[in-house]
Amino acid sequence: MKRKAAGSPGTARNSKMSKIPLDKNKKYDRIGSFTILDGQKVTGEDVGNNFFLTKEAIGKTTNCLLQENSDFFKSFSVVIATQLPEETLLNLGSLLWSHNIPLLVCRTYGFIGYMRIVLQEHCVIESHPDNAHPDLRLDRPFPGLSQYVEMLDLNTMSKQEHGHTPYVVLLLKYLNRWKAEHDGKPPLNYKEKDAFKKMLREGILVNEHGVPEEEENFDEAIKAVNTALVPTRIPSEVSKIFSDNSFSNFNESSSSFWILAKATKEFIENEGQGSIPDMTADSKRYIELQNVYQEQARKDVAVITQRVQKILLDLGKSADTIQDSEIRLFCKNAAFLRLIRGRSLAEEYRPNTAKASELGSYLDDADSDVVFYFLLKAVDRFYTQYHRYPGNFDDQVEVDVVKLKVPALARFSKSGPLMQTSKKNTYMKCSAAQEVIKLITHQFVPFNNTYIYNGSTGCSITLQV
Amino acid sequence: MEVEEQCSESPMFVENKADDWSGRWSHIQKLLMRSGPLAHQDFEPGPQVLEFMLESAKILVIGAGGLGCELLKDLALCGFRNIDVIDMDTIDVSNLNRQFLFRPKDIGRAKAEIAAEFVNSRIAGCKVTPHFKKIQDFDADFYRGFHLIVCGLDSIIARRWMNGMVLSLLEYDDDGILDQTSIIPVVDGGTEGFKGNARVIIPGLTACIECTLDLYPPQVNFPLCTIAHTPRLPEHCIEYAKVLVWPQEHPFGVGVPVDGDDPAHVQWIFLKAKERAYNYSIQGLTYRLTQGVVKHIIPAVASTNALIAAACALEVFKLVSSCCNPLNNYMVFNDTDGLYTYTFEAEKKEDCAACSQRPQVLTFPDDATLKSVIDFLNDSPTYQMKAPSLTTMVDGKNKTLYIQSVKSLEEKTRHNLPKKLKDIGLVDGQEIVVADSTTPKAIICKIQFASSME
Ligand SMILES: [Zn+2]
Repeated sequence: MKRKAAGSPGTARNSKMSKIPLDKNKKYDRIGSFTILDGQKVTGEDVGNNFFLTKEAIGKTTNCLLQENSDFFKSFSVVIATQLPEETLLNLGSLLWSHNIPLLVCRTYGFIGYMRIVLQEHCVIESHPDNAHPDLRLDRPFPGLSQYVEMLDLNTMSKQEHGHTPYVVLLLKYLNRWKAEHDGKPPLNYKEKDAFKKMLREGILVNEHGVPEEEENFDEAIKAVNTALVPTRIPSEVSKIFSDNSFSNFNESSSSFWILAKATKEFIENEGQGSIPDMTADSKRYIELQNVYQEQARKDVAVITQRVQKILLDLGKSADTIQDSEIRLFCKNAAFLRLIRGRSLAEEYRPNTAKASELGSYLDDADSDVVFYFLLKAVDRFYTQYHRYPGNFDDQVEVDVVKLKVPALARFSKSGPLMQTSKKNTYMKCSAAQEVIKLITHQFVPFNNTYIYNGSTGCSITLQV
Repeated sequence: MEVEEQCSESPMFVENKADDWSGRWSHIQKLLMRSGPLAHQDFEPGPQVLEFMLESAKILVIGAGGLGCELLKDLALCGFRNIDVIDMDTIDVSNLNRQFLFRPKDIGRAKAEIAAEFVNSRIAGCKVTPHFKKIQDFDADFYRGFHLIVCGLDSIIARRWMNGMVLSLLEYDDDGILDQTSIIPVVDGGTEGFKGNARVIIPGLTACIECTLDLYPPQVNFPLCTIAHTPRLPEHCIEYAKVLVWPQEHPFGVGVPVDGDDPAHVQWIFLKAKERAYNYSIQGLTYRLTQGVVKHIIPAVASTNALIAAACALEVFKLVSSCCNPLNNYMVFNDTDGLYTYTFEAEKKEDCAACSQRPQVLTFPDDATLKSVIDFLNDSPTYQMKAPSLTTMVDGKNKTLYIQSVKSLEEKTRHNLPKKLKDIGLVDGQEIVVADSTTPKAIICKIQFASSME
């Protein structure tokens, strides 16, 4: 995380709302530097601190700056826009889109928070999934694993060794026996898996009174039957990457992610690598088994490395463009790769590409927080027209409701634009900080592409608009 | 729904206060001076709401660590001025990166005191009172003095103790009707890496911590000060080797991070941890455990703390002002894949040991031993006790069955453990009093023998 974050400039736009906490959160998560443009106009201090701004920029609005000095915005890894007028936002959005710089739009209004991530593509190697099952390759054991398992003989072991044989070994041994009795097929359905568990249970040693011993490793094996016998296949998120258009446009400007993905795709028969879970075993055999998997992983990485080098050569690049450590990291996470393809603000707003009817259908559910998506858009229009937010002044609340001319909004507009200062939007500021970290470090998976938080109920939704 | 005619920029009653300035609370007044579709049914908008928040509301914050620092800042900015904070820890160098109220010069000083000083100096008019103590050092009268309690704790035992305390403050009349004025709401937050939760507990009315004990998995994160100075568990030794020794000795080259899948790395940590375990006479360190701890790395993440604290502070604001219904009643948050929240109503357990007002019935085989009762209280997901002590009444006299908390008493009562319940005079339906560090108030359990159920 630190590696990618070092020296990444991020910028917070119109930071009235999110300046301090974004600032604070990012600082503690070690982002190298970032620039804040406060309010509507560029100040002398902004210019003094930024290479891309000249003295002429002082006093100019964001929109002016966009038209006259777009290079300024291109120098950032991520741009955060808060409470920008619609027109400025769309201009900024299209500029950043064309340079593939992620834009995070943040809005807060009353108890409602809104965020939108605008980016073309975002690749994640280290997605850190929560419930990843170890890839044990029991359905297609590699030679090293088969050899190791064959080497151990449960029948001649001491009681101590028997109860501390790693469960992966037990599963594979009994699986081989099962297959021999079932035309080479593994247990396929619930009934067969139950029978397989029974077979394992019968393998537990019994003492001289015929009472089964307590063998934790057998318990672990029985517990793992349901997850460990799932056939090895390419996860859907990864096959999405393998069938992505990027391969048809593959060229020398393709990023190392895509080069590694191509090499992995070519290596498809041996995808992924094993990582063994915690289990009851004596240290010696546990380490042995671990090494068996490690050895296979090393072989896989070596083959992938060759392929990567060949691809680099074909592209006319030097073989060390991609470091060994990067290849290892990629292979280790091959099953958890993630690709996000975003939609531009232009696509969201343009009538022929907007998802109006799809989003509108959410409104059939009276409790759906999607209504706030439409309400915030209405508020933007209101601002464009009247240059202030509806409900800001107590004596105009009722008038503003009429002006909004959106019947649904009448129910909500009274809560006013409260969040321009601290508190309720702290939640949104922190969420924004988290997402910026994900965007810069390429670790974990950012949301795609719109997030709405309802502080009154504590609920939130993610939409693709 | 009438909207009062009042200029939101400078409400009259705060204008005179030296600590306030025009517009300071105008953003909050927009919520408090107007009603709306999201408001609580009893909400009456008006200046009295902010006045109550600023002048009268007393809030207790438990913990001045990662969550606590954020909570204090959020609450103070919300307009709460009478805040007490309890924390028994001192500031360690490892806290500085995310507990943003602390500076290097504060190392070694009490977290509660520094946090209070910082907030008081930064936020005009705010009076945070620090308590450099354990929560167990205070009695019911102290806790009764607050309108609301917010917990930002990293310990489940402390959480359970607080839960027991607020439940013990509840008053019921002779018909068993709860006196609403004795209720002190609790807002509780917790984080682990990129995950967190926030919940609202209305003691006696909604699910309490014990009702949902199975939601808290056994603790896996250890405070760095424990790792560095007071290791007790083999896990502490492993963390010590991984977090403190590794970056100093660079066993596999400068800058090479720990790889939990590399046996050589794990082996190295295992050996270092073993050395430390030996020095502190800690048992149970294995290679397997080392691997488990090394691979299960959950760093505290500053922004998750900030986020959960914000959600908690918002609930405090809603509960005290009634301007909006509180969270009902449990929100889990996960930021690893997108931004995910899930809100649900945790259910009150009919026979909850802590909040149901019902005696707990425990059924044992007729030949069960006292030890099996203790084991049950420790291992059952419902009770998860740490070191329960048991007493009972036999022939109108108090009889001590087993006491763990005092060493000399433990030695005196140990002989009861292997005895059968019947042999130490317990009969079917016997009530035993169970005391444990997880609750300030002993719970009453009724022993039932399996044969009597037939
Ligand atoms: Zn309860």
